[in-house]
Amino acid sequence: MKNVNVGITLIAAAVALIGCGQGGGGGEVKIGHVGPLTGGIAHLGKDNENGARLAVEEANAAKVKLDGKEVKFVFVAEDDQADPKVGATVAQKMVDAKVAGVVGHLNSGTSIPASPIYSQAGIPVISGSATNPKLTEQGFKTQFRVVGRDDQQGPAIASYLAANNKPKTVAVIDDATAYGEGIANEVEKTLKAAKITVLPREKGTDKTTDWKAILTKLRGRNPDAVFYGGMDATGGPLMKQGRELGIKAVFAFGDGACTDEMAKLAGQAAEGLLCSQAGLPVEAADKKFLDAYKKKFNADPILYSPFTYDAANLLIAAMQKANSADPKKYLPELAKIEYEGVTGKISFDSKGDRKDAEMTIFTMKSGKITPVAVIKGGKSTSFADFMKK
Amino acid sequence: MDTFLQQLVNGLTAGSVYAVVALGYTMVYGIIQLINFAHGEVVMIGAMVAFTIINLLVPTGLPALAIVLIGTGCAVPVCMLVGYSVERLAYRPLRHAPRLAPLITAIGVSIILQHLALMVWSRNVLAFPQIIQSQTYFIGGAAITTVQIAILAICFMLMASLAILVYRTPLGTAMRATAQNPQVAGLMGIDINRVIAVTFIIGAGLGAVAGVLFGTYYGIAQYTIGSVLGLKAFSAAVLGGIGNIPGAMLGGVLLGLVEALGAGYIGDLTDLCQWGLPLAACEDGGHFILMGSNYQDVFAFFVLILVLVFRPQGLLGERVGDRA
Repeated sequence: MKNVNVGITLIAAAVALIGCGQGGGGGEVKIGHVGPLTGGIAHLGKDNENGARLAVEEANAAKVKLDGKEVKFVFVAEDDQADPKVGATVAQKMVDAKVAGVVGHLNSGTSIPASPIYSQAGIPVISGSATNPKLTEQGFKTQFRVVGRDDQQGPAIASYLAANNKPKTVAVIDDATAYGEGIANEVEKTLKAAKITVLPREKGTDKTTDWKAILTKLRGRNPDAVFYGGMDATGGPLMKQGRELGIKAVFAFGDGACTDEMAKLAGQAAEGLLCSQAGLPVEAADKKFLDAYKKKFNADPILYSPFTYDAANLLIAAMQKANSADPKKYLPELAKIEYEGVTGKISFDSKGDRKDAEMTIFTMKSGKITPVAVIKGGKSTSFADFMKK
Repeated sequence: MDTFLQQLVNGLTAGSVYAVVALGYTMVYGIIQLINFAHGEVVMIGAMVAFTIINLLVPTGLPALAIVLIGTGCAVPVCMLVGYSVERLAYRPLRHAPRLAPLITAIGVSIILQHLALMVWSRNVLAFPQIIQSQTYFIGGAAITTVQIAILAICFMLMASLAILVYRTPLGTAMRATAQNPQVAGLMGIDINRVIAVTFIIGAGLGAVAGVLFGTYYGIAQYTIGSVLGLKAFSAAVLGGIGNIPGAMLGGVLLGLVEALGAGYIGDLTDLCQWGLPLAACEDGGHFILMGSNYQDVFAFFVLILVLVFRPQGLLGERVGDRA
């Protein structure tokens, strides 16, 4: 018995020692990333992870020094399965692993339950893709995001739809997740303000494959446009089935279904869809980033990796400014940072939202989503004009 | 009216796929009183194998129909092999164990198959190649695609062939005899193990076809599609009377219809505003919907509960005499 006790004491001591090593200035600094690496949107989760990983590896190659000592950044990636419960568990895991900062989570649904856990531990967390307004409305000082909010993105796609397609009646569907419902609510609000009739909300789930019952019901009401707040894994089948039923309305989506995957999932039916992304298209990101990503991962960035790349770099830049990897010390620096990232100038407002976030409208053209307009501060500029600037 | 007709077409298509899957549950239950929870995963593997084969063949430029047929032709034997192996390795050693043991084993096998598929085909939602150029016809305002027509035809053909096999052939007689009383059937010279193995193989073959139909219809395949589809088909089998072959067919089609009509109309029926209630949400033509169309998946299980409460033996009952 006595030996066992000694053993436990030794282990506890060792754990404590390791813990000390990570909290301080020099040595090893852990940067976490959380996103779904399994399930329907694992491809997006991996893309986000790659962006953050690239930033961390570049920082290591550049031999960043804090407090005069060279530090080695260690990248810790976890899978939250896009599940709110798992999101909270993984956040606790990150806190227990004593990470200095976290990039993530991908989904609003996982970011929101994770945020109080990070806040309690005082660990800064920057999401590159969670767009639900609630995330930064909870008042946690540790929560940031480098992407726009649904209440900016929703109005953007809705006002574009209203101005360019001039629909009289619009049907709004969502997938009953925090993200889908959030963006659908914002779209509905904007459309109603523009005096457009919005049909009673229809809802699926984030696992629905058969949309025909809902779409058939909508077909009877003859909407000019259909907006769906949800991801591509469900949005693709939705659009395919809509066209099969002979619905001729314009289909519009939020960023979750604003991917090239839509063309694979819906086939020919995907042509002509409209969708919005918070931020700028991947190709508008800095060329250096695109090349480095391609070289490192032998694939093109899909969606939000430029944002997670910036998010990871922001953490590192704030640490350099504070000359410390201690969250308590570098958090104030992060809040007031002015940073030139690959997605443009980044600074945060008092809630931790990015100031002046851009929104982009895309359409599906021969199997590829193609940017058609950029919306900033409620003003729409065609994409060609925007790239010229 | 055309909305109602369209919901019927939608429900009938989905329901006939449920029916074919439900047959796999009911046949196995009829013969060894085991709920083979791994059956949904066999259906999933059918879809996945066809997905791989079709993707391999698309660049060869063969006609689309031939490619799909070859894909199905490969999926069926693979699933039959899976079905046989599962029976041989997981269920046969437990034939005389307490009934709970094979049931738990079935759940275990289901998890194993799902994770094997995860390892082979990745976790992504795979876009099932849409090579068949689907034509849409309008009949009385209801749109029906060539794929839907094919699904209905194939499902009803499969059900008819199975009925002939079970009720008109020596093998079918052996199956029904085994279902009635395995000991006596054995004494009459029927090789029980062989009959049970054949039942699993036929069920798995049907499942494989259902998997391909599912993939072609919805255009997606993923390692998780088997679980919900399996649960719904199981509900369909219980609805019709588990162990009863015509019951599974009826149950599947009914379940599809209940789901489509339920999701199509529940929102309107539970819109409190149309009943003239003085709610704040109702002003300016607003709506207050108690149960929306997101309850679609709930209907299958709601029906399951109702049946279990009011008619535990299912619609067509389980006439112990001729379950197979």
